[in-house]
Amino acid sequence: MSIEAIDIPMAKKTEAQPFSYRSKVRLARLALVLVVFGFWEFASGTLFSAFWISKPSLIAAYIFKWIVHGDFFYQLSFTFGSMIAGFTLGTVLGLLAGVVLSRSQFASDVLDPFLVAINGIPRVALAPLFVVWFGIDMLPKIILVFTLVFFVIFYNTYAGIKSVDRRFTDLAFVMGASANELFRKVTLPASLPHIFLGVKLSIPYALIGAIIGEFVASSAGLGWKIQMETSLYNTTGTMAGLIVMMFIVVAMNSLLAVMERRLLRWQPTSRFTTAQSQ
Amino acid sequence: MNQSADLEMNLSALQHRHSILKFTDVIKKYSSERGSVVALNGISLDVKEGEFLTIVGPSGCGKSTLLNILVGLETPSAGAVILDGAKTVDRKAVGYVMQNDNLYPWRTLRENVEFPLELRKIAAAERRRISSRYLEKVQLADFADAYPYELSGGMRQRGNIIRALCFSPRILVMDEPFGPLDAQTRLLLQNLLLELWAEEKKTVIFITHDLHEAIALGDRLVVLTARPGRIKSSHPIDIPRPRNIRHLHENATYRALLSKVGDELAEEIQVQAGVH
Repeated sequence: MSIEAIDIPMAKKTEAQPFSYRSKVRLARLALVLVVFGFWEFASGTLFSAFWISKPSLIAAYIFKWIVHGDFFYQLSFTFGSMIAGFTLGTVLGLLAGVVLSRSQFASDVLDPFLVAINGIPRVALAPLFVVWFGIDMLPKIILVFTLVFFVIFYNTYAGIKSVDRRFTDLAFVMGASANELFRKVTLPASLPHIFLGVKLSIPYALIGAIIGEFVASSAGLGWKIQMETSLYNTTGTMAGLIVMMFIVVAMNSLLAVMERRLLRWQPTSRFTTAQSQ
Repeated sequence: MNQSADLEMNLSALQHRHSILKFTDVIKKYSSERGSVVALNGISLDVKEGEFLTIVGPSGCGKSTLLNILVGLETPSAGAVILDGAKTVDRKAVGYVMQNDNLYPWRTLRENVEFPLELRKIAAAERRRISSRYLEKVQLADFADAYPYELSGGMRQRGNIIRALCFSPRILVMDEPFGPLDAQTRLLLQNLLLELWAEEKKTVIFITHDLHEAIALGDRLVVLTARPGRIKSSHPIDIPRPRNIRHLHENATYRALLSKVGDELAEEIQVQAGVH
């Protein structure tokens, strides 16, 4: 017999959404930005005094001057550097801890209450102590970022590995996978969405850690800059610092989104799910 | 008939009598705080090389436990499963198709089919050659690079079947593989399975709750009792091959078996229902 009739062949790849939808989203976003900044620009000096809320045009001019004539890149690299260093350290060690503890029930049973307790410490409260221990340079900020990122990555990795479907590992076992192959070829890829979520969630934490560290005591950085400008009642300078930070987070998230599309392209994305996937 | 063909026929007949898999008095007990439950109570079974054995039984009778023991996911409390004379079943000798479609979502169809070949350290070029051949056989060549979510249920289950076949296992174990499929797709896959089986002459252990399917596919049908599972009866299915599954209801042997085994099964289903 022939099997030509076996279900109707489906479109091989998910059809791209109509271009108009995506461009509509982009247009709407642009409009939103224009409305908010437009209102801000208008309200400043009419509804509110520009002294309190500054003005988009002033901020833009400030940032431009800061980049061209000022210490923008020095401050940026100080904050970004401690953020990236702490983030990398936290991600690597968090991953490692998640893998190790998910594979040893005993170790995770022993350590669980301690991890909960340590994670419960408000990191802001640790920041002054880190200054006492590690001074006011980058090191205390790196460690503060690390303590925040580590737990996010750790818990997500742990949960990801624990939630891997038994069917997947059973099947690989039956097909003859060794413990090592089981981990590399099944457990790890299956828990990748969880791990990736952890990485995404930890980016704002990394920035928060770096900035808090700089607020407490610092010699440089965007946080230090914001605090200094605020103490001088220079709201324009403060807003400029905040907007630069927003850009850092947005840039890192878009970078991650690109990585995600590559690493997790096997997942039907919720927005572009088609009726084809059953 | 020339002599070599004659010899070949004798050989194949001989092979057919050769036993490949044996269950000897397999018992499985589960103990918990609330007492112990006997899932399997002395299963003895002898499967011949190249045989297509189907197993039916009321749900909850321990069918899946039996398969889990066979594929090495569980160990028997007593008794043994002997494959090719060896007491411990070599996992690499078993192809397993599970109830739910079970392709790895992070691998493309081709990468899924090649998974067991990777585990067997087969070189990439050879893997590709083998997977292409099997994908071609089940008309999935055009979908080799699609991810499972992009495929229909029937396509995914075809992928599962060739993944379990492509590394030439000694036996193919199937646990209600067509359960969740719609009737049309199921019929097509049953036919496809028979085609593949006719080509490869694999020993197949096929568990199902669908008696029609069990008779349509198998050389022999084994009925399990309600829990604790024992073998109630064993029926050779003398329906000539190749079979046309869609027209089997016209076959007298098929109808006789269906009503006879149907009664047996109904009896056990009632016992099983009474247990709860």
